[in-house]
Amino acid sequence: MSLDLIGLSVDIGKRRIVDKVDIAVPNGSFVGLLGPNGSGKSTILKAIYRVYRPSRGQILLDGADLLAMKPKDVAQRVAVVAQESTVEFDLTVLEMVMIGRTPHKRAFDRDDEADRALVFQAMERVGCDHLVDRSFNTLSGGEKQRVLIARAIAQGADHLILDEPTNHLDIRYQMEILELVAELNVTVLAALHDLSLAALFCDTVYLLADGLIVTGGSPASVITIETVRHAYGADILIVKHPETGTPHLIPRRSSRPLGPTGLASSNPQFPSSTSAPN
Amino acid sequence: MEDVEVRQADEQRAGSQDLPSPDVAPSSVQDGEISIRRSRTLPRVSSKQRRARLPLPVVLIACLALLIVAVTLGVGIGSVYLSPGSVWHVIVDHLSGRPKDTVADEIVWQIRLPRVFLAAVVGAALTTAGTVVQVLVRNALADPFLLGVSSGASVGATAVLLFGAFASFGIWAISVGSVLGSMAAMAAVFLVSRQGRQLAPTQLILCGVVLSALFESVTSFLIFRGNPQATQSVLFWLLGSFGNANRTQLPIPAIALVAGIIFLLAQGRSLNALAMGAEPAASLGVDVQAMRRNLFIVTSLMVGVAVAVSGVIGFVGLVVPHIVRLFVGSDHRKVLPVGVLFGASFMVIGDLLARTIVAPQEMPIGVITAFIGAPVLIFLIRRRPYLYGTSG
Repeated sequence: MSLDLIGLSVDIGKRRIVDKVDIAVPNGSFVGLLGPNGSGKSTILKAIYRVYRPSRGQILLDGADLLAMKPKDVAQRVAVVAQESTVEFDLTVLEMVMIGRTPHKRAFDRDDEADRALVFQAMERVGCDHLVDRSFNTLSGGEKQRVLIARAIAQGADHLILDEPTNHLDIRYQMEILELVAELNVTVLAALHDLSLAALFCDTVYLLADGLIVTGGSPASVITIETVRHAYGADILIVKHPETGTPHLIPRRSSRPLGPTGLASSNPQFPSSTSAPN
Repeated sequence: MEDVEVRQADEQRAGSQDLPSPDVAPSSVQDGEISIRRSRTLPRVSSKQRRARLPLPVVLIACLALLIVAVTLGVGIGSVYLSPGSVWHVIVDHLSGRPKDTVADEIVWQIRLPRVFLAAVVGAALTTAGTVVQVLVRNALADPFLLGVSSGASVGATAVLLFGAFASFGIWAISVGSVLGSMAAMAAVFLVSRQGRQLAPTQLILCGVVLSALFESVTSFLIFRGNPQATQSVLFWLLGSFGNANRTQLPIPAIALVAGIIFLLAQGRSLNALAMGAEPAASLGVDVQAMRRNLFIVTSLMVGVAVAVSGVIGFVGLVVPHIVRLFVGSDHRKVLPVGVLFGASFMVIGDLLARTIVAPQEMPIGVITAFIGAPVLIFLIRRRPYLYGTSG
């Protein structure tokens, strides 16, 4: 149960969006893709689930060429939860999660007891079983993501791809969703927006800029003041999370007004030369 | 639509990647919206939000009963009134192989039943095609004629009516002309809207609308060049009618309907996945491009042969799928079979009204379907916030 991207390049139109990227997602690990908007995170994920066709390189699922496999067979192994989306069609939560069974069914197969059992198990596991008859579109953002994760579980995949699943969610739901995913015991590759959250949940992270991997490794080794400045062009501070020791980002202002006591500017840790590079 | 937007968004992002986090403002607005939404839904699972669906068999039986009533009325009512009992007498006599030589038999079996069946088949075909096209382009305003099929068929049929094209096909000339026209139009829309290997919803809508306008102007030109008498019959055909229905017209649309429905029911799950958008569908193992192509071809064929026998009947393919979704939700394994029965009933009743309201004259059925369909849809939409059958 592993996913490996080897020398992967993706062109959209004539533009190279992802350039010779190597990413290893070992069995059971939670791997994060970090980087600013437009750095190619989503494109890499979409190449895996066949929205974009890579122009070169390989995607290996347990060592087998994923792009040569049948779409259905891949979907039985790899599930996707993307950003919160609106669905224009009216489906109940039950119907929504049942769609996860799609890759396991043939043309005229009906939903049988086994499907129903799997679907209810999945809903219980993410704690959305009380929503079963609700219309998906009436749910809050956090509830919708839970339902989509339940759908991914019902899909029976052992790999989960997350494309900024916590975008537009407030902090409680961000934590809940990532906690839920981390407890699923599946192999996860996630594009994440929030570096501090990524550091808290990921075993390995890759930092992307302009379609290239800047660096990869443990969150503490990847998320540094220098790499963030390089990839994002942002000047930040990093402290250690008091409980986990993982890197935690603190934003700073480029033109910093004096604090009420004037102490801030005399603190040597906060140099007063504030012209941000870039 | 989605993959286009995504691609554009990606390009924009790629272009503006050195701006520091450009989406800070929108995302904070979104957060606000989400928390508002949550506080509004705090009293959890109020009865309004529960959407326990009626079981499918119940809905199907109700719609089947509706269809039987509609057919009985459609066959019974006319210049000579026949009671439901006598209508079914004739039908049972024929089905049991002992037809009687009566006037009622003549009226029911030779005249009215073929017309009613044809209306039912066309109603079912248009509803089915409308349902599928709305999924295909993920647009609530889509109808089966969006893909240029009707306007292409009009060109073909008009050419036959005005200039005697395909005269060697005899009584089949109009059908042949309109089917050829619709196939040509469909192929044109299909080829023009393809970008590389992709068949993208936005392009499909735009090309369908633009090419339809083009074909309509060709029809107008043909009418302009033709003689006034032929123009009269063209106009009637363009507004839709079952006035020329006869038994020989029935088999082809019926076969197309049955084959199309079987194909689509087999795709029921994939249709649901595609309704989620192209990317979720791909992640669920659906071959999106192949599926879009197949849906396009199947619906165009169904509509093409329907238009050939009935002319262009608007509103059914747009309105009926929405009505059906309001009752059974958007699971297409339910929408499709219910839509077949309900769409058939809708058209049979529409045709009944078209030939009785201003009897002995006949109104174009398109007038009736619009007059019933528009208020019904507006009523349903206004009852609650509405999106493809959603109550939000």
